[in-house]
Amino acid sequence: MLRYILRRVLFLIPVLIGVAFCVFTLLYLTPGDPARMVLGDLATDEAIKEFRDKEGLNDPFLVQFGNYIYKAVVHGDIGRSYSTKRPVMKEIMTAFPYTLKLSAFAMIIAIIIGIPCGIISAIKQYSWFDTITMIFAMIGLSMPVFWLGLLLILLFAVNLRWLPSSGFSSFKAMILPSAALAAQSISMVTRMTRSSMLEVIRADYIRTARSKGQKESIVIGVHALRNALIPVVTLCGLQFGHLLSGAILTESIFAVPGVGRLMVNAIMSRDYPMVQGGVLFVAVTFSIVNLLVDLLYAYIDPRIKAELK
Amino acid sequence: MNNNEKIVPELTKRRHRGPFMEVMFRLAKSPLAMFGLAIIGLLVFCAIFAEVIAPYSPIKQDLMHMFETPSSEHWLGTDEFGRDILSRLIYGARVSLQVGFIAVGIALVIGGMLGAVSGYYSGWLDNSIMRVMDVLLSIPQTLLAIAIVAALGPSLMNLMIAVGISAVPTYARIVRGSVLSIRSMEFIEAARAVGSSDLRVILKHILPNSMAPIIVQSTLGVASAILNAAGLSFIGLGIQPPNPEWGAMLSGGRQYIRDYPHMTLYPGLAIMFTILALNFLGDGLRDALDPKLKR
Repeated sequence: MLRYILRRVLFLIPVLIGVAFCVFTLLYLTPGDPARMVLGDLATDEAIKEFRDKEGLNDPFLVQFGNYIYKAVVHGDIGRSYSTKRPVMKEIMTAFPYTLKLSAFAMIIAIIIGIPCGIISAIKQYSWFDTITMIFAMIGLSMPVFWLGLLLILLFAVNLRWLPSSGFSSFKAMILPSAALAAQSISMVTRMTRSSMLEVIRADYIRTARSKGQKESIVIGVHALRNALIPVVTLCGLQFGHLLSGAILTESIFAVPGVGRLMVNAIMSRDYPMVQGGVLFVAVTFSIVNLLVDLLYAYIDPRIKAELK
Repeated sequence: MNNNEKIVPELTKRRHRGPFMEVMFRLAKSPLAMFGLAIIGLLVFCAIFAEVIAPYSPIKQDLMHMFETPSSEHWLGTDEFGRDILSRLIYGARVSLQVGFIAVGIALVIGGMLGAVSGYYSGWLDNSIMRVMDVLLSIPQTLLAIAIVAALGPSLMNLMIAVGISAVPTYARIVRGSVLSIRSMEFIEAARAVGSSDLRVILKHILPNSMAPIIVQSTLGVASAILNAAGLSFIGLGIQPPNPEWGAMLSGGRQYIRDYPHMTLYPGLAIMFTILALNFLGDGLRDALDPKLKR
């Protein structure tokens, strides 16, 4: 098991360097001179030349990339924002707690609603509950998060005046953004739980459990659920990563000061170090979450554990 | 005896149907898939004949009729420049479908080729292609699309490229998986034994036989491409005004939501029904193409 974990962690390193390379190349190829952007249109050619020398912008591409990685790994320095002049890392770290809170909240909502709905749908397949749940799940999957967010604002903030339409400082303010962000994940979790539960219910060991006279609640709750939840755990991990990036749209609607809004603003003001840092940061977080899920997966599924031994 | 006579002609009749008709026949049994197909048909019709159907120009401003709520003259009302919302939605269907299909086309061609080569040759080539795909997969799709558009600059073409490229790894994986499962079958060996070139084996024998998961994924992929593109336009990175695009229309109506909610309501409904239709169709196709469900 330890060897497996170590191998996975080591494997993460080339992937992350690859991600950094993609992002760096992408923004390197972007038209526009960074020096002009920082110093403004009125800057003299002299000042621009000096800036380019100081920042190493005249170095060959690979040298620039090497420096970027070196600084990122050794000093945790991924550049300075053009617009605020503060280190990108610092800006991200102030914004990240909001995004994390938003995503975690949405994930919790998705699990609390999605798993029970999926289980009931599977047990009572083809019942009215199942039909309605599946229709709602389909609608939830098809609804753009930014539209749902606007509708929620319209209903709960503008018409009913129950909840604030923006910000993220109080518990009340967190409800609408989290709900909007969670909708798609609720649908995914529900559908996944249902289909995996349906598969498990038909398995031989469930028939065995029933035929030995086990109570139905134990058959479902202990024998079926444990096995059915394995793919759901994977999905939740993947969803969490998508929530982090889906938060980009949600944050810009509800004016949540998270990483997503930071990045959208950075894109609008062509603040490339910030965009670069933001993408890299989310990709790193996404990879780490996926790694943790895979490890968890190995931990809860005895078959995988046995294989690893 | 009687029963047998009844069954036998039916069986032979079924066998005469080609594979395409067989799938369509099974698809037709699912009302939801048919509903999806009907809506998509309607959208395609709107997109092709937008000039004929749309009652007004999608970009012509009419400052005498700003912020009108739905009426017999403007069925879905007008926006902040007095433009007819229904007409903009109809023209918007053109943009959305274009983005959806072309983006998936880009993803399918690039991803499919990489996946097929990767699955067919295996070894170091497979390894290096899939490692690159792993790298791309570790950036969430929406974020990758945003990064690409941010670098290329916002326009319709760049939007399609960004959404398409961000979906490449998904298709590469699926195609590779199905190529791997078919590669070792006997008819491939036979094709190789009679001297078919690698390219011919891939294009003529392997790809046609691994179509089912690709078709399903593409249908669902069009849905997510449209959703992604609308999201990018919503934050101002997609189609630029005054061109009609559903996501951009939503974004434009957003600041007037307190007083004129109809401006955000209809474009959102248009997006939702399009995605819903494609999802229904994709689910229906998955069931229709699944050999396990074949009787």
